[in-house]
Amino acid sequence: MKEAIACGVAPAVKSKTREIDSARVRAGDRFDMTIALRHISKRFGTQVALDDVSLELERGERVALVGENGAGKSSLMNVLYGLYAADAGDVAIDGAPIRIRTPADALTRGIGMVHQHFTLVGTLSVAENVVLGKEPTRFGTFDLPRAVSEVQATCRRFGFDLDPRARVDTLTVGSQQKVEIVKALHRGVSTLILDEPTAVLTPQEADELFAVTRKLSDEGLTVVLISHKLREVLTFATRIAVMRRGKKVAEVKPSESTPESLAELMVGTRTPPPAPPQAMPGELVVTLEQLSAGPLRDVSLDVRAGEILGIAGVDGNGQRELAEVLTGLRSVDAGVLRVAGRTGSLTPRIAREIGVAHIPEDRLKHAVVTDFTVGENVSLGRHRHAPFANGARIDFAGRLDRTRTLMESHDVRPREPQLRLGALSGGNQQKLVVGRELDANPKLLVAVQPTRGLDLAAVDAVRSRLLDFRAKGGAVVLVSLDLEEVLALADRVVVLYEGKVSGAFMRAQFDERLIGKCMLGVRDA
Amino acid sequence: MLLALLDSVLDAAPALVFAAIGATLSERAGVVNVGVEGMMRAGAFGAAAASILMPTPLGVLVGVAAGALVAALHAWLCIHGRSDQVVSGMAINLVMLALGQFLLEAAFSSPAGTPPIEQLPKWLGHSPLTWLAIVLPFVVHFAVTRTPWGLRLRAVGEKPQAVAAMGVRVTRLRFGAVVLSGALAGLGGAQLSTAVLDRFENHMPAGLGFMAVAAMVFGRWTPLGAAGAALFFAFGNALRISLSSSAPGLLEVIPQGVLLALPYALTLVVLALQKPGASRAPAALGQAYDPELR
Repeated sequence: MKEAIACGVAPAVKSKTREIDSARVRAGDRFDMTIALRHISKRFGTQVALDDVSLELERGERVALVGENGAGKSSLMNVLYGLYAADAGDVAIDGAPIRIRTPADALTRGIGMVHQHFTLVGTLSVAENVVLGKEPTRFGTFDLPRAVSEVQATCRRFGFDLDPRARVDTLTVGSQQKVEIVKALHRGVSTLILDEPTAVLTPQEADELFAVTRKLSDEGLTVVLISHKLREVLTFATRIAVMRRGKKVAEVKPSESTPESLAELMVGTRTPPPAPPQAMPGELVVTLEQLSAGPLRDVSLDVRAGEILGIAGVDGNGQRELAEVLTGLRSVDAGVLRVAGRTGSLTPRIAREIGVAHIPEDRLKHAVVTDFTVGENVSLGRHRHAPFANGARIDFAGRLDRTRTLMESHDVRPREPQLRLGALSGGNQQKLVVGRELDANPKLLVAVQPTRGLDLAAVDAVRSRLLDFRAKGGAVVLVSLDLEEVLALADRVVVLYEGKVSGAFMRAQFDERLIGKCMLGVRDA
Repeated sequence: MLLALLDSVLDAAPALVFAAIGATLSERAGVVNVGVEGMMRAGAFGAAAASILMPTPLGVLVGVAAGALVAALHAWLCIHGRSDQVVSGMAINLVMLALGQFLLEAAFSSPAGTPPIEQLPKWLGHSPLTWLAIVLPFVVHFAVTRTPWGLRLRAVGEKPQAVAAMGVRVTRLRFGAVVLSGALAGLGGAQLSTAVLDRFENHMPAGLGFMAVAAMVFGRWTPLGAAGAALFFAFGNALRISLSSSAPGLLEVIPQGVLLALPYALTLVVLALQKPGASRAPAALGQAYDPELR
C-alpha cells in the first residue's frame, strides 16, 4: 500500500514529508483495523438526535450514510470525530474501546472529517489552513516555507491541484472542498468522513472528487460518505447505511438497491412527486435585454406566465444578483428590465406592488423574524394592507384569521399562529414563507434555493407549490445551486457563468453533462 | 520644546501601548475586550498597593497579576459562561471602578489615592517600562505572525470551528489570550502608578483603557498598528499638555475639552474615511464558541 502511494513523489520532496510517511505506515500497520460505533445515543435538549446506533467500518470500505436532514447522519459522525460527546455508547477499534473526546483524539486515531460547512479560515493561506494545529517549526517559530512545501507534496502525492500560497477566500468552493480533504490527508488519516461533499460542487467537480476518493480507498483509506444524493451514493459506496429519525434502519448493498428503494427506506413509504406536466406558457412576465447590474453582464432572457425558468450555475456567478434585480434589491446599471409590464429598475416595494413574490436564499436573514410570532411573520411585507391592517392600526383578528387559513392550506405545523416562529422546524418555516409569498397572488415568483436544508417531505411540499403556482399561470424564476432540483422543476434552464449567460436549454434538451460544462464556462451552448 | 514633547510622549505612551496590544490579543482571539479600562485600574492599584510592602519592580508584577486575574474573570464569563462579551467587559469596568474606591477607603482611609511609593528606577531618563513599550510591539508582532501560537490565535478569531476541527482546544487558546490581554493592561496600569506618578489615584486610568480599545481599532487589530495608534494618541495628549502650558492664551480661544477630544475625534475621522472593509475585525469577534452548535 505504501508503495502505491509513494510512486510519483519526487525524492527531493520525500524527505520533507517524512512525517506523513510515518503516519501512513502507522495506518498500514492497522490494515485490518475495524472501527465500530457501538450503541451510540445522543440528545440535544429534548430532541433525540441518535438513538442506539451501531455501525462498523472496515478498512478500505466506502460506506455511505444516507437519510433525511435531521436523521442523525452528521451527528453520528460528529461523535466519531469527537465534536459531540455521546450520551451513551462507545467507539471501539478492533474490539478495544477507545475514548474520542476531541477532534485531536480522533486525528491521533487516524480519523479525519470534511465538514459540510467548511472549517477553513478564509484569511489564511491554503498551507496555513492545512498545517493548523500541527505547524512545522524552526527554532520555535512557524516555518511557513516548510509548511508550503509539505502541503505541496501532499497535494502532489494525492493528485490535488492547489496552490498552497493562495488565500483560501479567493478559491472557488470546489477548491475549498479540496483544501478540506488535503487537510485530513496531510494528517495521515486512515479513515476519512465526507459530510455532504458535493452539495456545492458542479457535476464535474463531484466526479473528480469521487474519482480521487475512490483511488484513495483502493489504497486502503476507509471513506464514510454522508449524502442524500442517492445516485452518487449508489455509484460510489460499497455499503449503504440508511438512517431515519436518529436510528439506523437498514444496511444495504448498492448492487441490491435502487434510488427508489433507498428513498423508501429513508422516509418510510412515500409517493414520488409526479413529473411536471407540459408547460403552457402565456404572456411575457419578465424581459431582460442586455441587462448589466453589478457582476451581471449583458444578460438577456425572458420568462412567460405558466412556466418555470431555472437558473443554474456555480455559486457566485451572478444568480444572487439576478434575483436581486428582479425583486428590486439591486438597481440596473444598463440594459432593459421589464417586469409585469413595468420598465426600469425596481425597489422592493414597487416589486411587491406589481406582483413579484420572493423566496430568498437565506430565510432567516431576508424572509422571517424568528422572534416574531407566526402571524406577525405572515403579515410582513403586506402589513400595510388588509387583512393585516385597518387604516393605521394592526388588524389582529384579520391577521389571525388569515394566518390560520394559510397554515391550514400549506400544512404548517404546529398550527399555532401565536407561536414564536423560531420554534417551528426549518421545513415548516419555509412552507410558511412559500405560503405567504403565494398568498399575495403574485405574477412572478423569484425562488432562490427554496428547498435548501429541508427534509424530503418539506422539499416535496415546496416543489409541488411551485408547480401548482405554475399550473395556475404564474411565472417562476428558480435559482438553485442544486442542478438536480433545477432539472426536476424547470421548463427551461439558463446557465450563468461569471455574470453572463453561458447556456440556455429547453426541457427536451436537458443534458446534465452539457449544462455542467456551461456552469464551468468550459463550453458555450 | 520638541525634546520636552518627546519626553512627555515617552512617559505617557507606554500605558496606552501595553493596553492597546493587550486588547488586540484578546480580540484577535475573538473575545471582545472593552474591560481594558477595568483591568488597567486593577493593575494600577495592585502595583501601587503592593509597592508599599515590597520593592516597586515586584509591585509592578503584582499589578500585572491583578490585571490578569480580572481578565480571567472576563474570560471565564465569556468563554465558559458564553455571556455577552461587551456586557461582561463593561461590568468589569464598573466593578473595578467601585472596588478601587472601596479598597482605597478601606485600606488607606483616603478616597483620593494611596500614599506615595518609590517610583520605578529610571534608565536613560525613563522607566524601564518605556523601553519595554518600544520593544514589545515588535515582539508581539513576531509572535502573532511568525509562531504556531500566532497562527492559531489568528485562526481562532476568524473561525473557531476550523481550529477545533484541527484538534486545537478553542477554549484554552482563547482563555490564554484574554488573560495575556489582561496582564498587558495590568502592566499598562502599573506604569501609570509606578512610573508616570508615584501612587495610585482614584481617577486612574481615566479613560485610557477606552483609548487603548480605540487605538486597537485604529490600528486594524494588529500589534504594530495598535502600538502606532497608541503613540499617536499619546502624542496628541502630550501636544495638548505642552500647548496649554506654553501657550495659555490658546485655551481662551479653544476650550480644553475640544483639545481633550482631539485624539478621539481624529479616530472617528480616520475610521469614517477608511474604505469600507479596510478595517476588518476578526470574523468571529464577539461570538461565543459552542462546539455542539448546530
